Amino acid sequence: MLSAIVTLGAAGLVFGGFLALAAQKFKVEEDPKVAEILEVLPGANCGACGFPGCAGLASAIVKGEAPCNACIPGGDAVADKIASIMGVVCEGVEPMVAVVCCQGDDDRAELVAQYHGVMDCHAANQLGGSKGCPYGCLGLGSCVRACPFDAMYMSPEGLPVVIKEKCTGCGACVRACPRGIIDLAPCDKHVHILCSSYDKGPQVRKYCRVGCIACRICVRSCPQEAISMDRDTLAKIDYSICDNCGVCVAKCPMKTIVDTRLPEAEKQVS
Amino acid sequence: MITIIKKMIGGVSVPDKKELSESSPIEFAGLPGELILFLSQHIGAPSVPLVKPKDTVKRGQVIAEPCGFVSVPLHAPTSGVIKAIEPRYHPGQARMCEAIILEPDGKHEPAEELSPAASDLDGISPDEIRELARQAGIVGLGGAAFPTSVKLAPPEDKPIDTYLLNGSECEPYLTADHRLMLEQADKVMFGFKGLMKAAGVRRGIVCIEDNKPDAIEAMKQALSAYDGLELAVLSTRYPRGGEKQLIQAVLGREVPPPPGLPYDVGVLVSNVGTAYALADAVLTGVPLVERVVTVTGEGVAKPSNFRTLIGTPVSYLIEKAGGFKGTPGKVILGGPMMGCSLRSLDVPVFKGASGILVLTKEQAVEEPILPCVKCGKCVDVCPMGLQPLWISAYAERELMEEAETFRAMDCIECGCCAYICPAKRPLVQWIKMAKADISSRRSAQKKS
Repeated sequence: MLSAIVTLGAAGLVFGGFLALAAQKFKVEEDPKVAEILEVLPGANCGACGFPGCAGLASAIVKGEAPCNACIPGGDAVADKIASIMGVVCEGVEPMVAVVCCQGDDDRAELVAQYHGVMDCHAANQLGGSKGCPYGCLGLGSCVRACPFDAMYMSPEGLPVVIKEKCTGCGACVRACPRGIIDLAPCDKHVHILCSSYDKGPQVRKYCRVGCIACRICVRSCPQEAISMDRDTLAKIDYSICDNCGVCVAKCPMKTIVDTRLPEAEKQVS
Repeated sequence: MITIIKKMIGGVSVPDKKELSESSPIEFAGLPGELILFLSQHIGAPSVPLVKPKDTVKRGQVIAEPCGFVSVPLHAPTSGVIKAIEPRYHPGQARMCEAIILEPDGKHEPAEELSPAASDLDGISPDEIRELARQAGIVGLGGAAFPTSVKLAPPEDKPIDTYLLNGSECEPYLTADHRLMLEQADKVMFGFKGLMKAAGVRRGIVCIEDNKPDAIEAMKQALSAYDGLELAVLSTRYPRGGEKQLIQAVLGREVPPPPGLPYDVGVLVSNVGTAYALADAVLTGVPLVERVVTVTGEGVAKPSNFRTLIGTPVSYLIEKAGGFKGTPGKVILGGPMMGCSLRSLDVPVFKGASGILVLTKEQAVEEPILPCVKCGKCVDVCPMGLQPLWISAYAERELMEEAETFRAMDCIECGCCAYICPAKRPLVQWIKMAKADISSRRSAQKKS
């Protein structure tokens, strides 16, 4: 018993000493700022900055490869803290929020087929999905699973809903959507065009009750001229010009344009 | 010389169900109300339209020109008026693709410039055949739709010694190639000799599965007229007609993994439909504007083989085959193993589509997807020697890089694994997902 304690104890001391020496000898000099920055970053590893996780961003900022405000989920608060660690002045981050540009839930969009198989939007997209609209939401929740902040859920009608308070604008859902129907919009903009279909008006009417039919009423009525037609078939809003006046929301005959401040919009985008 | 081949790596025995349509002769399907002609019907760059809406076109007139080397022109399948050029849903590529919409005028009038290139193969040089294959818009009709003119011009440092004519048609239900070999054996053989001449290959082997004895007989007679042709009769087993599987079985050579191609082992493979299309272009001057499509399955009233204009809507062909019998459960473009199920019947037949299969409600039962039991049956049947269970497990968890290390890109999507899986797991769907993700990542890497 005693010999075992002595032997193991001695072995432990020898190895411990060796490791301590090795740690001294092979020490990798790391800028202490990296650890400090890592400490203030949110730690979600969402990838919104374009670097491999928060540690990747921290070392990139220290090396000068990324700006102090590169962390989108962290927003102004984190950008300020990083700027003070780096000893620089930095512009604020424009807070963004994800917007699902489709309102074609099970009630409003026509279903043409039943989809069976892998319950993932990418898999369903290879077969075209079950809705008549070839551009609309597939409704299998790949974006919800991709969200690192639990800021999305599927509504009972089969559309993803963004919880605005939780969304950090990291863009993980934007990258996860095979149809590219999720956009990032500035948090202080409340008017959104919730359709992604590039089909012509009569075609859209066939399969969706709330799709953009390219009537251009919004383009003509917008006092700020913030709305234009993309490929002649889909209205797009320029958030840098829009002032949330809501004229287009009232004019849109298909109720495609939604003001998130209005109570009836609650169901569509929260 | 006739060889009989039974060996095969992996594969499954599937009820071939060919009796439904194998005895119905090829009929002309007629002119539908509109033809939807995708600009991208082949592997490679989409063609560029040469016509505008309201233009009148004649049968065989070029309506879109090739863009780049790996591309082919597109021809008007019949005479009529161009209604529009607009994006339509392409079931093969699962996205909206630009298409020329042609409204037939019912006259089916050929363009004046259509004239035979030669009456026999002595009157035409290999270069002329290659050029003709390109001008006639001929692509591989077995499914991949690779431009034939590109296939016929392999790199200088890859000598080709053998040309295989693929008439195995291993996909269950489909009988388009079978009927073509039976009814047009001479023309198919003429086209095959033309392909061999263009590629400068002396040895040609016609490969047919033994479930088509009448086609074997017809082709045996047709090939006796030429020298240097052999016949290989293969036992019926799916996926016998996969390009790599066929080379392995007939010649014992293994095609290296992608981007390896058959010419790396000195072989070219073409489908019988492609040979027929080439013969048609040489002997009559008619470009590739139609193909044989099998409309079959327990869900159609009169399973048939149709000579179909490219661009004919699926709904029209099903109507021609007597409409649905009972309640349709699933409509598949292609065969049951590799085809893709359609969400709408308003999609057209394109150059690479060889069949339309209608399954009944009872057949298209959806069984729940159960967890993998690691039985390894999918590994046994995989003709490419892959481990579908692991590729799909990684793809399911969105770990695409790991799926790539398990050689997801080597998968030929034959569907044997999903067919055999006792847990009813849609293995191929997961693997396809992984493949799409890997190739989009690769092309993004190439760009940056």
